[in-house]
Amino acid sequence: MGDSCFVQGMYMRRIVPLFASAIMTACAATSNKPDDSGKPVTHTPAPTATSEFYPSTYHVPASPPTLIRHATVLTGTGTRLDDADVLIVNGKIQSVGSNLQPPPQSRIVEGNGRWVTPGLIDIHSHLGVYPSPAVEANADGNEATSPTTPNVWAEHSVWPQDPGFRTALAGGITSLQILPGSANLIGGRSVILKNVPSVTYQGMKFPGAPQGLKMACGENPKRVYGERNTFPSTRMGNVAGYRAQWVEAQEYLRDQQEYERKHSAGDKDAKPPKRDVKLDTLAAVLKGEIIVHMHCYRADEMATILDMSREFGYHVAAFHHAVEAYKIADLLAEHGVCAAMWADWWGFKMESYDGIPENIAFVDAAPNGCAVVHSDSDEGIQRLNQEAAKAIAYGRRAGLEIPPERAIKWVTANPAKTMGVLERTGTLEPGKMGDVVVWNGNPFSVYALADFVFIDGVLRYDRSNPALTPQSDFTLGQPAAAGVYP
Amino acid sequence: MRSRAIFTAMLASVAAAALMPLAAAASGSVLIRNATIHTVSAAGVLEHTDLLISAGKIADIGHDLKAPAGTQVIDANGKPVTPGLFGGISHLGIEEIGLESTQTDYSLKLGSMRPEFDVSLAFNPESVILGVARLGGITFAMVSPSAEAGGKGAPGGTLIAGQGAVAELNGSIDAGTHALFVDFGGDASALSGGSRAAQFMLFEQAIGEVRTPKALLPNDQRLLTPAGRQTLLAYLNGNGPVVFDVDRASDIRQVIALAKREKLRAVIKGGQEAWRVAPELAAAHIPVVLNPLDDLPQTFDVVGATLENAARLNRAGVKIAFTLDDPQAHNIRKVRQTAGIAVVHGLPPEAGLAALTSNPAEIFGVASRNGSIARGRPADLVLWSGDPLEVTTLAERVFIEGQETSMQSRQTLLRDRYLEKLRAHAAR
Repeated sequence: MGDSCFVQGMYMRRIVPLFASAIMTACAATSNKPDDSGKPVTHTPAPTATSEFYPSTYHVPASPPTLIRHATVLTGTGTRLDDADVLIVNGKIQSVGSNLQPPPQSRIVEGNGRWVTPGLIDIHSHLGVYPSPAVEANADGNEATSPTTPNVWAEHSVWPQDPGFRTALAGGITSLQILPGSANLIGGRSVILKNVPSVTYQGMKFPGAPQGLKMACGENPKRVYGERNTFPSTRMGNVAGYRAQWVEAQEYLRDQQEYERKHSAGDKDAKPPKRDVKLDTLAAVLKGEIIVHMHCYRADEMATILDMSREFGYHVAAFHHAVEAYKIADLLAEHGVCAAMWADWWGFKMESYDGIPENIAFVDAAPNGCAVVHSDSDEGIQRLNQEAAKAIAYGRRAGLEIPPERAIKWVTANPAKTMGVLERTGTLEPGKMGDVVVWNGNPFSVYALADFVFIDGVLRYDRSNPALTPQSDFTLGQPAAAGVYP
Repeated sequence: MRSRAIFTAMLASVAAAALMPLAAAASGSVLIRNATIHTVSAAGVLEHTDLLISAGKIADIGHDLKAPAGTQVIDANGKPVTPGLFGGISHLGIEEIGLESTQTDYSLKLGSMRPEFDVSLAFNPESVILGVARLGGITFAMVSPSAEAGGKGAPGGTLIAGQGAVAELNGSIDAGTHALFVDFGGDASALSGGSRAAQFMLFEQAIGEVRTPKALLPNDQRLLTPAGRQTLLAYLNGNGPVVFDVDRASDIRQVIALAKREKLRAVIKGGQEAWRVAPELAAAHIPVVLNPLDDLPQTFDVVGATLENAARLNRAGVKIAFTLDDPQAHNIRKVRQTAGIAVVHGLPPEAGLAALTSNPAEIFGVASRNGSIARGRPADLVLWSGDPLEVTTLAERVFIEGQETSMQSRQTLLRDRYLEKLRAHAAR
């Protein structure tokens, strides 16, 4: 396995060896002020990060109030409550506490040894852009025709019929970020989705969530382009490639701001700079509207990227994969940068050779450290809780004791914070989205299964009633799938 | 018998290379007290039981065993002891780093069918992957080739990937454990001219060259070299399993028919739709080595993939063993988690453990040394911190071929080096 795209590549390499090297990770998304009004957008010179376009059409269906009672509750804020209740009303968390009274017509879920957590969030997924079936026609995650493609948006590749969304839901995933692959230095914008069935991706789009920008360090870009004898073919080439783009973005932003200054001063002859959809994305990063997610394995490369982000005045929200984050846990914490990591994958290529299963626990242990557990895999996303469980066990062996109420943040609050949606989801605090998983027991176990998954208060998955969750159009009517789906 | 001789000759060179660095090999006896011993045999689970290892063998199993002078005594405090686990079918010891062609030895790209290709000759007992896997409680694994297609006019592999063999995680290759690996199905069509129909055609033609050599005229185009014919003959004579990497139900049916026709000791690897032909597999006594996590229609060959594959096959009486899909061996310790997940999805826990121990040992011919715990056998076992199928459980002590292995690996050394740095920082 590895970067999941990488994994897919491994499966396929005997068939299309070059395909394997061309697939890796990246991400993209635009920052949005919440705007699902559908109002036409008036004005403005060069729109940059836009929620105005390709807006979310996700509307939360009505649902009855839900009271989950007498359960072990991990709130996602670092608190564990035993024998506690969670009340969801009008799609939102209303309260968490003891002896909560259900409103009339409430649905009651008895705890009986069950555990309750916020809905899990996968910060790094390629569902929809590298869907099942992984046929060539569906491989839409890497625009590997140029090393810098900030103009592409992952959402324009997302196939909502990927059956992997459904299996991820059974694993308690309520929100996920879909990223472009890592073939490119700058891969494109990511999109954050709610894990609800929809015919269009807009129907899954997390309303008002910021977009991200996927960038990539190291082996992937230099291999993909180096093998073609084109730029970049080295790590120094990689850095030169990013810097050239940031210089252009700075100029573009300066020209825009100059135009806006003249325009607002009443200069009727002022002309806006020519619109460039690549530089729209990068300028939005420099303005802090788009969040940077950087695929990077080696400690020394992460340090280089931190210097580069200082040079151009932007912030890296998270290094993804970050298998050597444990070597610089202090540096990452000092810079307020999160690391999104696997529990135990290593060695599938040279830059992952130093991976250790204590990586997550080390990042978590650094004062102000920010650890996120990610999947980058259509298999791993089905059990992020177990990835976290493995990290707990290895941490314990190294003398780092991590209680469940802390570890749950790795797959809830921390990814939500990194993706810019912590105000809306990621914890069980009143007023937040009713994104809740009811587990059959302690989620940090191989035997853990989600019994119920609520998204915005709507019951989307019920283990005892699998027919509640529709199967993908793709598997519908396939004779071989008879017996797989209810 | 001629084919036997070939096997033996191949093995001699491998065995000579089989040395392995063990840090804390206990030379004397070890007594594990008060363990829950999963024998994975007819003896079942023995609670509050002692186990004495002496001269590399399990000298005794029972209650209140006496510790001879100089014996190291381990108090298990009720914790489980299981046989060492099978790490699945992978490139262990023949692929140190992926994507680096100089660090991999698993594929032959001569463009011709070479069953005589034997990757165990390339096995590197010094690979750091072995140490990482040992810490995960893995004590034996099948080292296998993979066929890869050529590209841009370069020759590639064919549907016969070649031979592999069982490695003990102390670094030795087991004599007499060779298996032949064959790729069938849609993902192998590039290895057979573009159609899965050609896979059965070519494989039967190769068998024809072996079975009826006199029918060949001197100038006939042949699929196999003389050495290749001798190798394939050995498998046609039942001298080793033929592992078919195949998933689609209809292809598995073809393999069942082929195995019956040619009297092959067939093993299905992958088998994502095997549950759909479970009764036929059970009747033909064909085992399936599968990854219990496969549950998505990643290709049109696996539209029927389900997390219940293992449970359904087991219920139908098919012998199952577990492996990861990815042939890279770096994370084969994860195979234990896959067994736990199979159990969550309906497989009885002891069957889950058997699919990691006794079943693969039987399928690949090492049941006399791996896969179960009994008096008189080499000590091949693991003491666990808790439930052996639970992800938060770790291996505490690991014995391979009678010797306790070091619980140090390159990963623990990296961990300890940077833990110091982390502690110093946190203390500031």
